[in-house]
Amino acid sequence: MKLTLRVWRQRNTDAPGAMASYEVDGISKDMSFLEMLDTLNEDLILRGEDPVAFDHDCREGICGACSLVINGDAHGPERTTTCQLHMRSFADGDTIDVEPWRASAFPVVKDLVVDRSAFDRIIQAGGYITAPTGSAPEAHATAVPKPDADSAFEHAECIGCGACVAACPNGSAMLFTSAKINHLNVLPQGSPERETRVLDMVARMDDEGFGGCTLTGECATACPKGIPLPSIAAMNREWLRAVRKG
Amino acid sequence: MVLTVNGMALATRTDRRPSTTRTIWDSTVGKKSVMAVSGLIMLGYLVVHMLGNLKIFFGADEFNGYAHWLRTLGSPFLHHEWALWIVRVALVAAVVAHAVCAYQLSRRDIKARPVKYAHKRRRASYATRTMRWGGIILALFIVWHLLDLTTLTVNERAWAGHPYENVLATFSTWYGNTIYIVAMAALGLHVRHGFWSAAQTLGAGTARRERTLKFLADALALVLFAGFVSVPVAVMTGMVS
Repeated sequence: MKLTLRVWRQRNTDAPGAMASYEVDGISKDMSFLEMLDTLNEDLILRGEDPVAFDHDCREGICGACSLVINGDAHGPERTTTCQLHMRSFADGDTIDVEPWRASAFPVVKDLVVDRSAFDRIIQAGGYITAPTGSAPEAHATAVPKPDADSAFEHAECIGCGACVAACPNGSAMLFTSAKINHLNVLPQGSPERETRVLDMVARMDDEGFGGCTLTGECATACPKGIPLPSIAAMNREWLRAVRKG
Repeated sequence: MVLTVNGMALATRTDRRPSTTRTIWDSTVGKKSVMAVSGLIMLGYLVVHMLGNLKIFFGADEFNGYAHWLRTLGSPFLHHEWALWIVRVALVAAVVAHAVCAYQLSRRDIKARPVKYAHKRRRASYATRTMRWGGIILALFIVWHLLDLTTLTVNERAWAGHPYENVLATFSTWYGNTIYIVAMAALGLHVRHGFWSAAQTLGAGTARRERTLKFLADALALVLFAGFVSVPVAVMTGMVS
């Protein structure tokens, strides 16, 4: 496959950026999108140019490091992470636009790399439980109803990649925050901090400069882990409950 | 991902939390709840308003009689027009709260996404994308609507105490019909996304209820649009004269 890439190039956070065009040849349909970018970078290095900086780590779709907006879609046309997106989703001769996550809370570090530490600070504000350490507790000590366990697991699937923020026209982090809150709030282990968790995490989310939710549903459509839109309503329910309890 | 270890300030839990009002007003989720509640108040009013409008199909006496009854509502406990004024005050409060929150949240949303994507794609439904402009159109419409049929400032007939005749005068002009029908289309779209959004914001949304809520939103939008627009259509076609 021969492709034309239009890639966002930006030297650092403060420097102005622009889309730059590159031709890549010899791309196999079985390559992942990141392997295609590796090919481009090898080429750039051989030509003595600066390679394109992009985030990646496990390349197995479970770490949440990769983060590209491909042809206007977070993680590209398939509902998966960029590392699990394969070049068979594109046609020979295609022009592909590659941009970083766009949100003021996610400043561009370089090229396609953005700083997502705002997510870490939301987690630090309450995305944990207070549990005694030591040996594993007896499995039946705390009973968890099956629907609750399923719901917690569904939300625990969030890998914190930030596709929800990238896809949202308001740069809102509601889907991410709701996944983290619902994951712990439905479980008995998370109930001691149920109210403070939702209040603190939502407050932190707002402080980080993420936008508000207008229920456009773009986040849930982009989420590679399928966190559903009703998770946001569930978080709102938790938040209003916590506010009522004072 | 980069893990940034923050200072102690973040980890320190204080027992003193801001007041409930502060918490609601300072939070995007709280401001959305204010929008949801004020929106539902206005929506409830609109349903009653639309049903009242339909009395026009039963003639001038019934319609004008209904308008007069609204002024004596709650009497003798309430003084003449007091019930009407209570409703008006509540509605103004709802409109102001709704608009202020919408303005503040919109400002915030635009700031949160300062750089647009170079690769543009059409996103979200038409109703979702037109919430802000639709809201502005509705606000302007309310001003015109009050000047036309409440204060009678811009009404061609302007016959105080005879709303039937004034309504007929409004819908006998091309601009009266145009403004009204465009505004009602904007209302339908606004309610379509707004009602569903309000349900989500107030935490009523679940995966199981999603279809029901979407259907309710569509039905409300359609019924309100059809009910309101039936009046100018009836005047235009001569069904009401």
